[in-house]
Amino acid sequence: MSDIADRVKKIVVEHLSVDEAKVTENASFIDDLGADSLDTVELVMAFEEEFGIEIPDDAAETIQSFGDAVKFISENS
Amino acid sequence: MFDLTGKNALVTGASGGIGEAIARSLHAQGATVTLSGTRAEKLEALQADLGERAHYATCNLSDAESVEGLPKAATDLMGSVDILVNNAGITRDQLFMRMSDEDWASVIDVNLTASMRLCRGVMRGMMKARWGRIINITSIVGATGNPGQVNYAASKAGMIGMTKSLAQEVATRGITANCVAPGFIATAMTDKLNDDQKAQLLTGIPAGRMGTPEEIAAATLYLASAEAGYVTGQTLHVNGGMAMF
Repeated sequence: MSDIADRVKKIVVEHLSVDEAKVTENASFIDDLGADSLDTVELVMAFEEEFGIEIPDDAAETIQSFGDAVKFISENS
Repeated sequence: MFDLTGKNALVTGASGGIGEAIARSLHAQGATVTLSGTRAEKLEALQADLGERAHYATCNLSDAESVEGLPKAATDLMGSVDILVNNAGITRDQLFMRMSDEDWASVIDVNLTASMRLCRGVMRGMMKARWGRIINITSIVGATGNPGQVNYAASKAGMIGMTKSLAQEVATRGITANCVAPGFIATAMTDKLNDDQKAQLLTGIPAGRMGTPEEIAAATLYLASAEAGYVTGQTLHVNGGMAMF
């Protein structure tokens, strides 16, 4: 697994207090990992800080799963 | 009770009577405060009087850029903003039939829009800290209306709606958002009334007197405290019984 995926996973595990094994490629933050809408905003904020990037609101809305996050960050950092 | 040791508070309108009383009461309970206002000399004098744990940052609330910079300035001074008191407000009283767009917009901008911007500016830090207190100083007229104050009343009613909505969004993060709604408070503004005007005014107040800035500060202090953690989205009316809800 890439370095980016590891770092994203760490943030998701810590923020949502979920078991690492549940954070799979297609795991939806809301449907599978128990996040609420505010959690998704906070996750995006955490990604921005961790990777030193700006995630615009329209892009943030497309980041629904662990895989989405890794893909966006890989393409934009 | 109501110990604020270790908490950092940003108070707008701190050069005015109510803002000064609020800053003093939060400071007296152990909070570090950043005083904000337009008059640097007044802020500096209050800062000097408070001594330790006091800072000031001037800000023009009608200027968006200045407003956006305030939470950051306060964070640089104190390390965080745990308590935000949106106290600053202006009036541009005029009968509705004569109300200009400019009178309307300036009051909405300073009283409502600047408060929103400041809430937004401190929210990220509060969310991360899982603790925060927003206290918006509204007015009795935001609930009752008042002739000659359509703009002011609208801005204060807007604050109440904003506060209730924000309270619902962030309640799970340990952040509360409430309003304090003063009635008639003895300040420089009400000192200008003559005795007849004051007597007339007092007939509508069951307590038979005007309130003091310290009484508004006490309500604000309560809402800022850890003890008020289960109180959110509320408007605490401090008005001597002038209107009851």
